[in-house]
Amino acid sequence: MASDPSPTGANPAGLARRLALTLIVSGALLAAVLVVAPLVGSTRISLPAALAGQWPDAQVFFGVRWPRTILAALAGGALAISGALFQALLRDALATPYTLGVSSGASLGAVLAISFRWGSVAGIPAVWICALIGAMLTLALVAGVAAEGRRMSSFTLLLAGVTINSIVMSIIMVLHNLASVGQSFAIVHWLMGGIEPLPAPVLAMVAAVVLPVSAVLCWKAREWNLMAVGEEWASARGASPRRLMLLGYVAGSVLTATVTSITGPIGFVGLIVPHALRLKTGADHRLLMPASFLAGAAFLVLCDTAARTLMSVEIPVSVVTALVGGPFFIALLRSRRKSLWL
Amino acid sequence: MTPLYSLDSTGFSYGSSRVLSSVSLEMSLGSLVALTGPNGAGKSTLLGIMAGLRQPYEGSCMFGGKEVSAWKRAAFARSVSFVPQSLRLEFPFTAEQVVFMGRTPYAGGLFESPDDIAAARRAMELTDVAAFTHRDFRSLSGGERQRVVLASALAQQPEVLLLDEPTTFLDLEHQLSIYKLLRRLADEGLLVVSVTHDLNLAASFSDRVIALKAGRVEADAPPCDALSPESIRRIFAVDAEWLSRSTGKGWIAYGE
Repeated sequence: MASDPSPTGANPAGLARRLALTLIVSGALLAAVLVVAPLVGSTRISLPAALAGQWPDAQVFFGVRWPRTILAALAGGALAISGALFQALLRDALATPYTLGVSSGASLGAVLAISFRWGSVAGIPAVWICALIGAMLTLALVAGVAAEGRRMSSFTLLLAGVTINSIVMSIIMVLHNLASVGQSFAIVHWLMGGIEPLPAPVLAMVAAVVLPVSAVLCWKAREWNLMAVGEEWASARGASPRRLMLLGYVAGSVLTATVTSITGPIGFVGLIVPHALRLKTGADHRLLMPASFLAGAAFLVLCDTAARTLMSVEIPVSVVTALVGGPFFIALLRSRRKSLWL
Repeated sequence: MTPLYSLDSTGFSYGSSRVLSSVSLEMSLGSLVALTGPNGAGKSTLLGIMAGLRQPYEGSCMFGGKEVSAWKRAAFARSVSFVPQSLRLEFPFTAEQVVFMGRTPYAGGLFESPDDIAAARRAMELTDVAAFTHRDFRSLSGGERQRVVLASALAQQPEVLLLDEPTTFLDLEHQLSIYKLLRRLADEGLLVVSVTHDLNLAASFSDRVIALKAGRVEADAPPCDALSPESIRRIFAVDAEWLSRSTGKGWIAYGE
């Protein structure tokens, strides 16, 4: 995000300054989006009125749109930072938070809950709980298969993830095939992903997972730099690739699973946000990870705002992320054709 | 002087295929050792074991009086650095960022310390890569990349530099300049071990040639002995002879 003329951190002060600038620019962008997005919508409200607690402005702002905006921000930040992480761990610029099957696991859980009409547990929708359990089981399964023989590399992880992903997707198709028309609609709706207002305690729980895990990922940025070059490279520089692979995989999956079990799969954020940012920040994860979180958060809030306001009916947010993000991304690619970054 | 490396019956297998068997040798600081032999002889595996990258190995490989596998990784990386044959990057790291990664074993936080900056700068001067400091590593030529990777290894301020065919992709000028630098580092007191197929480079720059064949040490001697025509025929199955230059130095001609 930083528009610094010198492209690298030439000295510690330089990198620290660039990090500060990155945080300020992307943080300010996110803050602006968080304030402006809840003001937009079918019911016209004003910020002063909302802050003064007037009806209906305050209710609409704080009760409906603000929680939804915060969820979009947490989800966008989590998906973008996990995308950057998985791209580094798998050394694959096309990796996404969903490459290794976490979202299909969440989807299977949700589809089971819908198919068997499980309602809610202690006031929490069974769909969320099952999606979370499904995602976690997939995570454990993939990690277990990948770590077979005490060897866990990007290769085994990718192989295990992609295989289990396809198996789980087939099971979802079978369940979908067996579902009634009403359930089928619910399943498709869930699989399209969407942001909805959440009760404050649930939102707080999501934040309590997403924020600390993301902070840890930012703190380990120098290790992700090594892993993005190679496992042997990391090992020869004093890091433990197996441990980093496991830590990164679990942390990224926990982030993805937490938000996906509530929002359903939302594509594209985890792919294009880190890519777009690399053009500005370069490959150094010390800049890329925090910038991905903040810009990913802002991006999904903007997309969700567009999703609920562009048409008289709400469009699935993943449609917006692809329709808005896709062309933007292509334009970015074209403007950078000469560089070698892809 | 106690040897820095002491290998005793060191061996390694990939699954059921045994690539290295009972290698016993010692290496000390201040020398340039060329590791050579036919393809599949186990050169890279031996280097990998010494670099702590191939585990578990059989037998014993002691470094500084302690089994390589027992070293803490970061402490080991402050003493021993490794240069791979080539490096392919997926992401737009700059040359400088690649060099700075050599400082991770010293990392005390998120940012490089002044010591880190100084070490990286010096390494970049030694390998003459300061001109590409801010260039995307992937936009550099093979020779430039290899020098950047070497700078990253030197930024670790190691006692030991292990290189796996460092000059394979380089033109003649850069092959020579890399080996001149390796020679200089060995003269300054480092142990430099370089895998190479180029017997003339090995002969002109190294103090000692270790030749492997089928996972065993076939020759371990100064270049003129280890690379004698008989020895070359035995190890590589090609005819060779030493030709001498007017300066008195020799070089090896292969073939019919």
